[in-house]
Amino acid sequence: MIVGDSKPLEEILSMIEGRDKVLVLGCRGCVTVCNVGGEKEVGILASALRIARKKAGLPPTVEEMTLERQCDPEYVEELADVAENYDAIVSIACGVGPQFVSERFRDVAVFPGINTTFIGGALEHGVWAERCQSCGNCLVHNFGGLCPIARCSKSLMNGPCGGSASGNCEISPEVPCVWDQIVQKMSAMGRLEELEQVWPNKNWLTARDGGPRKRVREDLKQ
Amino acid sequence: MRLQYPTNVRVIQLPCSGRVDILHLLRSFEDGVDGVYVAGCMEGDCHFLTGNLKARRKVEYVQKVLESLGIEPERIAMYNMSSAEGPRFAEVAREFTERIKELGPSPIATAQAA
Repeated sequence: MIVGDSKPLEEILSMIEGRDKVLVLGCRGCVTVCNVGGEKEVGILASALRIARKKAGLPPTVEEMTLERQCDPEYVEELADVAENYDAIVSIACGVGPQFVSERFRDVAVFPGINTTFIGGALEHGVWAERCQSCGNCLVHNFGGLCPIARCSKSLMNGPCGGSASGNCEISPEVPCVWDQIVQKMSAMGRLEELEQVWPNKNWLTARDGGPRKRVREDLKQ
Repeated sequence: MRLQYPTNVRVIQLPCSGRVDILHLLRSFEDGVDGVYVAGCMEGDCHFLTGNLKARRKVEYVQKVLESLGIEPERIAMYNMSSAEGPRFAEVAREFTERIKELGPSPIATAQAA
């Protein structure tokens, strides 16, 4: 899932300063699962914004709405009858949400209420970690199912480097060295010799380095 | 045991302090209350194991929200007491009422009245 973090309330308040009618817009996709942008978080943020407005003696018009997804035009269209009623829409979906909403409703000011951080998974309730960097050419099967691109600080294809110590990365004792994990896992599976393969420079054109990406499925396209 | 405690304390009963929600706490401030406290069982004595610990974390979350909004975080608190401690319940009610009286009325209610 796409994982995000709430922006500080102070930042959101300064974004919407001077705008009377505000809509807090949630998304039932990834951000609901990582507890940052679903219906519940919409309620909490809207309530906090109303408290701030009441305290400042301003009209507390902060309304709440949550779409099935903000990354699909058919769901964004559900705003068609109401979007014009607001001076600001605070989208707490990933970075895609505020853009889809701005593109569809050109006259409404849209603000991001969260910072989109990474593609990852939940290690336990309340703890998420990065697992994918969407490099566009998955190779995890060569590394015991662990991704050196997303999980090695230097995205090394031929690791570990000299900064690996006691299973941790030199950048922080909190960051496990994925190359240590790869070696341990491949050894346990009796496949250590597979790591003798030397990987040439990775072609990053499939990643963001090739510019913004677009995917067209001719079999699905209308 | 007919114990007196301040009449301004409005008791909202829940099956467990763990049932309290961040939204319950925020909405009461939105409606202009001067302070809120959650009275849960003693830590380690929760019938549902961690209800009171979860309640404490929700209270702490709301404290941070209030702080970000420039409202005294002391307006919300978590207390732990056993259901057999009637006198302690009354004492906490008095103690929290005193704390809120010192802080004065809620800035939300004050701004709305102005």
